[in-house]
Amino acid sequence: MMPELGKYAVEVISAYVVSVALLGGIVWASLREGARVRRELRSVEARRDRADG
Amino acid sequence: MQHKDSVPISRRMSLWEYANPKKFMQVSGAALPWVGGLAALCLAVGLIWGFFFTPDDFRQGSTVKIIYIHVPAALMGINAWLMMLVTSLIWLVRRHHVSALAAKAAAPVGLVMTVIALATGAIWGQPMWGTWWAWDPRLTSFLILGLFYLGYIALWAAIDNPDTAADLTSVLCLVGSVFALLSRYAVLFWNQGLHQGASLTVTQDNPISDIYYWPLITSISGFVLLFLTLVLVRTRTEIRRRRLQALLNRERMA
Repeated sequence: MMPELGKYAVEVISAYVVSVALLGGIVWASLREGARVRRELRSVEARRDRADG
Repeated sequence: MQHKDSVPISRRMSLWEYANPKKFMQVSGAALPWVGGLAALCLAVGLIWGFFFTPDDFRQGSTVKIIYIHVPAALMGINAWLMMLVTSLIWLVRRHHVSALAAKAAAPVGLVMTVIALATGAIWGQPMWGTWWAWDPRLTSFLILGLFYLGYIALWAAIDNPDTAADLTSVLCLVGSVFALLSRYAVLFWNQGLHQGASLTVTQDNPISDIYYWPLITSISGFVLLFLTLVLVRTRTEIRRRRLQALLNRERMA
């Protein structure tokens, strides 16, 4: 299945690995921070609702 | 057109409606699964097609496969900054908070795109030009753009007052735009570089052959959609963060 990359195999594979890792990193960081802030906001809103309620 | 004229001006759909955080959250929440799904699909198809199913170039060998990440990443590194320029100007002129937050949200994504373009460029340049790096006009302005991204992110983090931070980062964004544009156009008027001209043009006679063109277009679509997805996700986070801060401040006052 692996294509024949010849003498540039290291260059091509490392370019893909570095890029996919960096893209994966920013996606993961964005989702994790999004979930953290959403959780925190929900708990503060719940606290406010209880205080009002 | 007649029915449109019968709707009162205040009720017509306007782009500025999305500057309302509530409206933005509603629309972006509904759009996100689709945009994200399409991004994943285009990226997977474009990169797998490019990596596995395209032939080697007669001069560059298999290194030509790097084009499917290098060109889309470089394009997004530059265009992310131009998107930040537009949203910063909207903030400066119309004071829409969502606009400033969208610029803030885009910066780390643009930085990652710039780093990918620089890294894959170096990896590609080494076997083709015999060097990882050259102080070529296009490469140098792109590196400076990367440094501007770092400065921009640092400036947002350094200032406590969000409106002041938005003002100052907007001005920094205006200045940095010179380098975003230079990265794109330096190759046209600064003839001493190693880097070639554009790989794609909007005219009919493309410099690259069809066999590389379509997977490249698919990959570019994937990068654009991924950028859009991440900016939506991150802008939503920034809007929530601002609301969270407002609630915490109110609690403290009570």
